[in-house]
Amino acid sequence: MLDLIMDGRALKVAAGTTVAAALALAGDGCSRTAVSGQRRAPLCGMGICQECRVTIDGRRRLACQTLCQQGMQVQTRA
Amino acid sequence: MNEYADLLIIGAGPAGMSAALAAASSGARIVVLDDNPLPGGQIWRDGPQASLPDQARQMRERLQANSNIRHHAGTRVIALAGAKQLLVEDADRGWLIGYDKLILCTGARELLLPFPGWTLPGVTGAGGLQALIKGGLPVQDERVVIAGSGPLLLASAATAKHNGAQVLRIAEQASAVAVAGFALQLPRWPGKLVQSFSLFDRHYRTGSHVVAALGNDRLEAVRLRHRGKIVELACDRLACGFGLIPNTQLGQALGCALDGSALAVDAWQTTSHTDHYAAGECTGFGGSELALVEGAIAGHVAVGNTAAARNLWPRRARWQGFAKALNSAFGLDPQLKSLAQPDTLVCRCEDVPYSALSGHVGWREAKLASRCGMGACQGRVCGGALQYLFDWQPTAPRPPFNPARIETLMCLDDTPPV
Repeated sequence: MLDLIMDGRALKVAAGTTVAAALALAGDGCSRTAVSGQRRAPLCGMGICQECRVTIDGRRRLACQTLCQQGMQVQTRA
Repeated sequence: MNEYADLLIIGAGPAGMSAALAAASSGARIVVLDDNPLPGGQIWRDGPQASLPDQARQMRERLQANSNIRHHAGTRVIALAGAKQLLVEDADRGWLIGYDKLILCTGARELLLPFPGWTLPGVTGAGGLQALIKGGLPVQDERVVIAGSGPLLLASAATAKHNGAQVLRIAEQASAVAVAGFALQLPRWPGKLVQSFSLFDRHYRTGSHVVAALGNDRLEAVRLRHRGKIVELACDRLACGFGLIPNTQLGQALGCALDGSALAVDAWQTTSHTDHYAAGECTGFGGSELALVEGAIAGHVAVGNTAAARNLWPRRARWQGFAKALNSAFGLDPQLKSLAQPDTLVCRCEDVPYSALSGHVGWREAKLASRCGMGACQGRVCGGALQYLFDWQPTAPRPPFNPARIETLMCLDDTPPV
């Protein structure tokens, strides 16, 4: 199992889990807030739609194409 | 650090892996780029909740064992950096790759059409849900509705059920006649016939399509039209995709001509641009078997082994037949063009509603007036939808092709590799 911090909260996930899956394991599965204020969650699952973009260790990355790593810090856009 | 490849392959799905392995015995320096963390593409996506076929595992092992193949995972093409040179970026750095020959194996994406409520959390693509589940998304005991079109609906349902979801309905928009006609042709490809039996689900309905996703902050129910009647199903997830569309953006940017909505190739998998080849779903939807044989042909041709390539032509023709049967069976019902309401968002990046687009004459004009397609996905989602809805042809993309870091763009000043 890997330990990561998701929006300030500790989370344990199985090795090989994507950050997109971790969003759902940690809470409501949402990744960002759209320009008109709606919450959004991963849509295409394959790196096309950019809905799942989150901040991972300070860099903006796609949750669906990023595997969780030990000690990773993930922030969704509140 | 810059890099040079005799043969650069973009995409490590079945076509890309097959191309690399076919070309490897020539001793050429081969580089394979892929934006996913692991090779395999979408169909052979690995993860904690995925089960890979032996063929995928073996090809992955052979790819890794080959000393003249270098695989860069999690890497995207950002821009063209001169003749036969690309700017690429991974999670840590950007760099330039020069090449002599290039094979585009950029695959396909789902056609996602806008309908009321499709932006709600809980709504995903059909293949999208399958990919997310393979990556560890928990769906145990969740109620799932799968809708749209094509065989991917059944594959996605199988993955969801295997991981404990309750699949309430699989709504296929094609008619019973069209689907039955396709099924009757399956004995021509016995492997596909066996596969279709294993995927069959008693909740499968033809002539059925989504009307709206319902819910406040997240999906609570889905409204479907089944043979003229409206049905509502309470559910936790809706996975909706209307078939696949080829990823042609990079090919278009390189100057490769299109044939319809796919990259045009000849019998050698050569595009209209010398030394540039294409294989797999970016040349038209046909499934992994066709992608594998096209990839192998392109790989052989790129290293000059035309005899080996020619030997594969009959196998390709066989799977092209399957692709043709598939594409004609799952043609989209024109009714789907009226799913979006005036306030339905079409561009999810810039939140542009249907009403802001419907009066325009073309993609460029609509873009300038509304910012549609100018957000982070650069029109990959709404561009496909608008091509279907209004017949607007998306233009060749402009760099950066993907969101990139400033440090990466600064690599464009680097001295090109000799």
